[in-house]
Amino acid sequence: MRALNEIAVVTTICIKSIPQRFWTSLSTVVAVSLVVTVLLAFLAMAAGFQQTLRGTGAKDMAIMLRAGAQAELNSGIVRNQARLIEEAPGVLKGPDGKPLVSPELYVIVDGIKKSTLPADGDLKKAPRANVTLRGLGPAGIAVRPGLKIVEGRQFNPGTNELLVGRALQKDFVGFNLGDTVKLGNSSWVVVGVFELGGSVFESELWADTPVVQDLFHRQNVFQSIRARLTGPDALGALKDYVANDPQLKLDVTTEAEYYAQQASRTSDLIQKLGWPLAIAMAFGALAGALNTMYSSVAARAQEIATLRCIGFSGTSSFLGTLAESLVLSLAGGVVGALFTWVAFDGLTGSTLSGASFSQIVFTFHLTPAVALQGIVLALVVGFIGGVLPAWRAARIPIVEAYGTP
Amino acid sequence: MTGQTLIHLQDVSKRFVKGKDTITIFDHLGLTIPAGDFVAVMGPSGSGKTTLLNLLGGIDQPTEGAITFDGARVDTLTEGQLARWRAHNVGFIFQFYNLMPTLSAARNVELPLLLTAFGRSERKRRVEAALSLVGLAERANHYPREMSGGQQQRVAIARALISDPKLLLCDEPTGDLDRSTADEILAMLQLLNREMGKTIVMVTHDPEAAKYARRTLHLDKGRFTEREMVA
Repeated sequence: MRALNEIAVVTTICIKSIPQRFWTSLSTVVAVSLVVTVLLAFLAMAAGFQQTLRGTGAKDMAIMLRAGAQAELNSGIVRNQARLIEEAPGVLKGPDGKPLVSPELYVIVDGIKKSTLPADGDLKKAPRANVTLRGLGPAGIAVRPGLKIVEGRQFNPGTNELLVGRALQKDFVGFNLGDTVKLGNSSWVVVGVFELGGSVFESELWADTPVVQDLFHRQNVFQSIRARLTGPDALGALKDYVANDPQLKLDVTTEAEYYAQQASRTSDLIQKLGWPLAIAMAFGALAGALNTMYSSVAARAQEIATLRCIGFSGTSSFLGTLAESLVLSLAGGVVGALFTWVAFDGLTGSTLSGASFSQIVFTFHLTPAVALQGIVLALVVGFIGGVLPAWRAARIPIVEAYGTP
Repeated sequence: MTGQTLIHLQDVSKRFVKGKDTITIFDHLGLTIPAGDFVAVMGPSGSGKTTLLNLLGGIDQPTEGAITFDGARVDTLTEGQLARWRAHNVGFIFQFYNLMPTLSAARNVELPLLLTAFGRSERKRRVEAALSLVGLAERANHYPREMSGGQQQRVAIARALISDPKLLLCDEPTGDLDRSTADEILAMLQLLNREMGKTIVMVTHDPEAAKYARRTLHLDKGRFTEREMVA
């Protein structure tokens, strides 16, 4: 109890004296908050990206790609394989009795991001970004029960009509209802805008499969087959069916698993950029924290000496000084997290997905777990920045602290 | 009224190494202070007055020799043992008061009691008694910046007294005060010595201050040059 009293009073003295060193203390708080902001901005980006991709997949939706293909982009499936899948066990049938199997085409086209549009609005000067154009038929709509057409209508089969994902429409130029868009060598008309639970599909353009196959010279070729299963347990039966048919050299997985893998690759990359940058900056903040805390110990030298004269232990001086450093860095961490939340949370961004090679629109998402990582980094900076000055506070000879020989 | 020996310095030497030079402050110094004594130590700057006070208070250690307090060696104690010894036996009064600016007068006075087993209510009672003794009961919740120099020094005296130490060490306790305030503080110290039996060692440059002591020791170049009995 005595030891706790002792530590509590020295900690109180240290923390209450922070306003006496306002500017140096503030500089530490600002430096730490910048480090935390940089880290959390990257992590919020990774979390948002991951959330978008993970939210895309359903556990009862099987996706099939050519064996060995990591993504739709480098897959290739022929029409006959799609027909065989329609007869596979475990595939759900629609109200019309037809199996819910959707062979889909996947093409990359050019788009212009609103954020990269030149000030004069000249579209010719704007850099191009990859956008996914997905060719699908009525089955493609049927296997996605959450689809909502929020503006306009569904495209008509056999026409150059486009359905545009809501996220893509917000982030890219020229995809408003009724707009005519040039994709490849052909012109298309936007006839509808859809939402699909904030998933990655909202970053895509959808059109009728035969038209896309024709205009992009992909006759009779698809990139993926989606099949709605009778339940998540039905995947095993489908896998066995595919494995036993030599015509079906396909990899089968759930859509949830497929997008989770894609998400982890890109979000890992974002995190691998974010952490080193934040750690490099943390060294700068650490220097600031050390400077602040050494100044604090120097400014409080007489107080520390007086307390030790009275009989207070070096341990209480050590812990009090360390607590001061942790309080400053915690303040920096909280400020950084709040700033990131205000400035970035909910912000829409888009990035190139490593697997699909196309832009995926996502929302920065500062989750409590992500914010906690920033606070922990701040406390690590505070701890390391406080230990050496705290050690000095504990060990400095009293006569030296008083400035007498 | 003085009694048995409280402090005894035997052949105490104190040397500092500064670069290639060794500076000798004391060379085989001897001193005996009986319990209940009030000693003023005077001397020019650099004569070793503060170093003597540091040795007596256990915040510095002699290079050679022995220091005993109440019959027990203190020069052989470890840093932690010395801290506990100081908490129980020594009260310090400084020229610039050395109060904690972020704590109220009452909290400043309470500091030494936080190192004891007293509970909150007992600590509060003792703090009130100590502040009443120095005439500052009504300023308990004031902060040092809200008090005059004389009031701050009285708070420092209350802090030094609160754990009832046998020895009070005063380093120029009136060096920052005007004459009349200084006289009030010195009279208070004299009262503590005469009425409460506190042993006091006071370093001062001021001959008027020294008159309040029972005796004055003159220190020059690490040696006592003359002893004068007062009162």
